[in-house]
Amino acid sequence: MTEAQRLVDLIPRLRRYARALVGDRATADDLVQDTLERAWAKLHLYRRGTDLRAWLFTVMHNVHVNRVRASRPTDMLEDEMPELAQRAAQGDALLVRDLDRGIARLPADQRAVLLLVTLEEMSYEQVASTLGIPIGTVMSRLSRAREKLRAMMLGQPVASKLKVVK
Amino acid sequence: MTEPVNEHDLQAYADGKLPEERRAAVAAWLASHPEDAERIENYRRLAEELRGTYQGVLDEPVPERLQLALRPGRTRRLARVAMWVVLGAALGAIAGWQLHSMQASPVVAADGATVLARHAAVAHATYSPEVRHPVEVGADQETHLVAWLSKRLGTQLRAPKLESVGYSLVGGRLLPGEQGPVAHFMYQCKAGTRVTLYVRSDMASNRSTAFRYAREGSVGVFYWVDGKSGYAISSGDISKEDLLNVANAAYQQLNPP
Repeated sequence: MTEAQRLVDLIPRLRRYARALVGDRATADDLVQDTLERAWAKLHLYRRGTDLRAWLFTVMHNVHVNRVRASRPTDMLEDEMPELAQRAAQGDALLVRDLDRGIARLPADQRAVLLLVTLEEMSYEQVASTLGIPIGTVMSRLSRAREKLRAMMLGQPVASKLKVVK
Repeated sequence: MTEPVNEHDLQAYADGKLPEERRAAVAAWLASHPEDAERIENYRRLAEELRGTYQGVLDEPVPERLQLALRPGRTRRLARVAMWVVLGAALGAIAGWQLHSMQASPVVAADGATVLARHAAVAHATYSPEVRHPVEVGADQETHLVAWLSKRLGTQLRAPKLESVGYSLVGGRLLPGEQGPVAHFMYQCKAGTRVTLYVRSDMASNRSTAFRYAREGSVGVFYWVDGKSGYAISSGDISKEDLLNVANAAYQQLNPP
């Protein structure tokens, strides 16, 4: 199978990840389109025999970071930047909508790790190579993302530090 | 017995990523740490809900614009212009166009580009089987050929180099087109398979399209429009994939980014 065909086969997964990453459908598909165009233009840089999915998700990650930077120069890409609440919580919202909202409120870096691990079911090593970060960073972002999300779902204030498990 | 359970283990437990032996050890540990057990169970459930929430996206039909994103060239403008064109519909429309009692699909208007594809396919079918006179001017006089055709079409033409994909120029000829002269270049691979490049310089629409594919009988055609110029690469003997490869090489030279 050619790389082009394999890229086509990966489009639904890219869309799923993008949808969870940015929220609305049109913006997510814009991100996917930019990603595919860039991947196509850069396909000669892909090394045959390596993980095409990880490579493609790396392209998407880079495109996403660039898009966010371009649209919001001061966006919180860093782990510990303060978060702005995007929408007021509504008590009667469905659980899935709360989950959407909770994900949207995670810092971008943590959100990416959480989604690659849970939605895309990548190994931690694959996540590390996709995002170009050490595996220790993957684990710490994953822990923090989950703890924040859990607290949000429970309607609790987010704990500042994770309890260290001995 | 084993290493103490750490946060990494707990995350991996929630993700079902622990090897069996370690998993059992962590499960035993969790049995005596109910708070952590609840927390990890919550992580696991959130992951499940997350997958459930977005599962449906996998089954949604992929929008055309995303399929068109995987094509030669990089400019989004091209994709946007042609966004409404479904490749499959175009294929069906062109196969049925004109010859077969105007069965054009309502999705695709019979615009200049589809006419281009059809004429290119006819030209290919006409000249590529020629043994003795496949071209008017041979590749040994390439400079003259290109200068002559450029003069007749009123625009600077180029005969792309397709050696990188296994084809070399046989030569070319001038053809009567819909409105005026058309340039026709023929290429051949070592096995004798021929592909032809059909070039018009008088596209009326004067707009650009993305890459499209059409099939006319046994002839496959990749074609695109760049302003006044219309290009079509045809072959009757090679797979769509191989033809795409050739068309890519030509496209990149004719429409440098």
